[in-house]
Amino acid sequence: MSDLRRSFLDFFVSLKLTIALLALSIILVFWATLAQVRLGVWGVQEEFFRTFFVLGRLPGTDIPVPIFPGGYFLGGLLLINLLAAHTQRFRFTWRKSGIFLTHAGLILLLIGELLAGLLQQDFQMRLDEGQTKDYSESFRSNELVVIDASNPEWDEVVAIPEALLARQKELQHPRLPFRVVPKAYYPNANLTMKDPAKPAGASAAPALASRDIGERVDVTPLPITYRDNERNLPSAFVELIGPEGSLGTWLVSTMMIQPQSFDYAGKTWRLQMRFAREHKPFALTLLDFSHDRYPGTEIPKNFSSRVRIQAEDGSEDREVLIYMNNPLRYQGLTFYQAGFDNNDRTTVFQVVRNPSWVLPYVACTLMTLGLLIQFSIHLVAFVRRRSTGGAANASAKAA
Amino acid sequence: MKRLLPLLALALAVAYVATPFFRGKPRSEFDIEGFGNLPVLVNGRLKPMDTVARTSLLMFQGRQNISTPSGERLHPTEWLLDVLFRADLADRYQHFEVVHPDVLALFQIKEEDGAGKKRFSYAQLSPRLAELDRQAQLAGQIEAQLRNPFQKAVVDLREHLVLYNRLKQSLIPPDSKDVLADYQAWVQGIDAGVAAVRAREQKQPFDEAAANAILTTGQKFEFMANMGYLLTVTPPASTADENAWKPVGAVLLETIQTRQLHPTAMAFAGLAVSWRMGQPEQFNTIVKLYRATLEPRYTERLVKSDFETRFNTAAPFYHATVLYVIVFLLAVFSWLFFPQTLGRSALYLMALAWLLTTAGIATRMWLEGRPPVTNLYSSALFVGWGTVGLCVILEVLYRNALGSAAGGVVGFCTLIIAHYLSLSGDTLEMMRAVLDSNFWLATHVVIVTIGYSATYLAGFLGLIYVFRGLFTRSLDARTADTMNRMVYGIICFATLFSFAGTVLGGIWADQSWGRFWGWDPKENGALIIVLWNALILHARWGGLVRTRGLMALAIFGNIVTSWSWFGTNMLGIGLHSYGFMDAAFYALLGFALTQLAAIGLANLPDRFWRSRPLLAGGR
Repeated sequence: MSDLRRSFLDFFVSLKLTIALLALSIILVFWATLAQVRLGVWGVQEEFFRTFFVLGRLPGTDIPVPIFPGGYFLGGLLLINLLAAHTQRFRFTWRKSGIFLTHAGLILLLIGELLAGLLQQDFQMRLDEGQTKDYSESFRSNELVVIDASNPEWDEVVAIPEALLARQKELQHPRLPFRVVPKAYYPNANLTMKDPAKPAGASAAPALASRDIGERVDVTPLPITYRDNERNLPSAFVELIGPEGSLGTWLVSTMMIQPQSFDYAGKTWRLQMRFAREHKPFALTLLDFSHDRYPGTEIPKNFSSRVRIQAEDGSEDREVLIYMNNPLRYQGLTFYQAGFDNNDRTTVFQVVRNPSWVLPYVACTLMTLGLLIQFSIHLVAFVRRRSTGGAANASAKAA
Repeated sequence: MKRLLPLLALALAVAYVATPFFRGKPRSEFDIEGFGNLPVLVNGRLKPMDTVARTSLLMFQGRQNISTPSGERLHPTEWLLDVLFRADLADRYQHFEVVHPDVLALFQIKEEDGAGKKRFSYAQLSPRLAELDRQAQLAGQIEAQLRNPFQKAVVDLREHLVLYNRLKQSLIPPDSKDVLADYQAWVQGIDAGVAAVRAREQKQPFDEAAANAILTTGQKFEFMANMGYLLTVTPPASTADENAWKPVGAVLLETIQTRQLHPTAMAFAGLAVSWRMGQPEQFNTIVKLYRATLEPRYTERLVKSDFETRFNTAAPFYHATVLYVIVFLLAVFSWLFFPQTLGRSALYLMALAWLLTTAGIATRMWLEGRPPVTNLYSSALFVGWGTVGLCVILEVLYRNALGSAAGGVVGFCTLIIAHYLSLSGDTLEMMRAVLDSNFWLATHVVIVTIGYSATYLAGFLGLIYVFRGLFTRSLDARTADTMNRMVYGIICFATLFSFAGTVLGGIWADQSWGRFWGWDPKENGALIIVLWNALILHARWGGLVRTRGLMALAIFGNIVTSWSWFGTNMLGIGLHSYGFMDAAFYALLGFALTQLAAIGLANLPDRFWRSRPLLAGGR
């Protein structure tokens, strides 16, 4: 083996690397915890853990530079370090069986966390009492929908993800008789009614709208928020251009609850920016939400939602109770009671899809078993040594 | 002699622990204990009057001792009786702690006017209440975490004054000179009063005096109904909601419909009159009769409430705190002289103190019907309990007073922390909905907390190693080697428990929230402890550290654990942040600095170590 190859291997096998990686992980986790105050849990996961490098900005510029290894980097190296150590350095003995189990579990855990990061999806579902929904909404992403509402039986929906609007490229969809041209996009903005007495402030975006309510509204861009209890409310100006020329420019925003309607090519169309939806093959109806407090206090005792599930194909139609520490698991999704609103008449569920949920269970069982075995081996050795050592002591005293 | 002296020390300690049962009963003709046992519903929990009295005093002034202006010492329940029934007297008791100089200036009072230069009476504070309200309102607009010390002091003091006033409004109208006569006049005046008010509404001639009387008194009762802190009126036997207790003010108002005074209102009026007039027989009879009305329905609650009063009197955690100091001193001196006698005494006393805290924690579990750790206060008790438990085992195994010394320090520190945490109110709180799961509280929380205990124990043994080696000539090579193995074993134990506890937390999160790991601050804190312990183990296995390095790493574990335990609660974010505390940040920072200093000492070159000649052979 060449010297270079050997020193290369030595580096990845070494225990010093393990310790360095553990120390760096501790710093990363600690730093990320502090950063949550500013970024929120979601932002921290993106910027610290689900990335190869934590990025900083060069002072005074917007140029990103890596300033610290991120979660993927450290986790990946730890994985390589572990695998290398086991192929090169360790030899299996029963005395080390616990360590083997623990490390096997750790490998699974690291892979599981990687998969969770890649595959796990979070949504939110808000239901008023009596309301039925067959979709949940994204926490973070939004979409522009163009709805062909001319058929009273159904709507035909073309959904354009927010990311495409942000790129400000012209879009042509085969189902639409016009092109969609984003003119301006603001990832977070506030809308206020135009006041003739007060001209728009300097911070307001240029008014581009020529149709509908957009003409009467000022758009003020806001900084992007990372807080867990706030969400970004994007706005955009979109021009629709048919074969005969422009139909006009609309202002769309997730702050507008109602879609804007217009007629074109003999059809009625609706235009709306909304939270991105994920449709399900079943619908949930909130029958009743209840929220008890301890008497004489504001401390919540429990919240619970009585919900009816109806599958689209009619195979399921039943009532379930979702409450704290007791979520509904259905079709690979977990619905848990995340909050409430509207004087206890609206429930808010968090909806999570995590196909790799079983890995951490296996991994942690292996690791706990491994630690138990390893430390029991140490303990037995310790007790043996003590009893022989004790006997030696006693005999020394007797002598 | 060597065996006798430790036993004698143990006997003395037992006598000390038992003193409250002989001495604690108030010497009064009045059945103070009987009144203290009466259950009331406060903050969602049925608790004895005695607990209300003690927690209120702790909140107001940070201690339970209270004396009248003439210097007569009062039992907390006697103090509460005065607040409830003789507000004119209680207004002059100096039981509000005010230390911030700007707050003193706000009230235009001086330190010297206060008892112990820091405690003031309601009468002293009342002239400037409007200004306090204004200041508290200003401070209230700022987020709790961002308030400066003055703003915090103002908000706290206002809360205490509000609570005091709510206590006064609980059982009788506080300004009523003769409660029974006033009640009688009220009942008799209802018919005429109602008629007069109706007539006035219909713009017909009416009896102005009768209308005014019913309106003025009615307003007073309404105020009592809204403000009354103690819920004493039991729900009617027919209702489904066992917890729908009401304040006396509410049933006084209901008299307008029923034309009859509620027996609970009458009972407290009777107690008020006999307490004011100094008629113990009458007072004691009413206490007995009142208790009898609760008897068949609330027997079980009464048993708990009586026991809680006795638990308060016994103050097991206070006595254990004192014992831990003695344990520590005995253990340290045993390294210098009489190792066997002092070492054994330390072990006995530590075992006694540990049993005492065990009994205390068990009582709290029974009272609450919960696993041992439910809030930050109980976690402090439990961390101490776990650590000292491990120390007892170590000491029985090794008999070198190291376990006792560490147990004494950690036991003392955790109980002191618990004491400070108890100043914010009743420590047996109701559980928030998120945490309301006995199974997970009993497994995840308990195991994680034992992980904290073990990590702290390793850290404190590390501290003992450094201080003994550096400043005394008592650390020989054999002891150093023993300590190395002790710390190593404890870190193994800590790794296992903190890992298993963290994993169980992940499983709880997956079961409840559909995700195993969410990078929540508390989860991260637990993860850091696991990572740190793993790092220490790998460093030792790889031969990168020897004894002194191991000790230094273990000491850093103290910082890591404290961060996870308290620091993460100070961030005020995440699903787990049930701690809600802000002021302890500087204490945490100070502790971290002392630990860093100790790590610095651990790295001093050999020539500074006084135990160097003894250690030379073993290193």
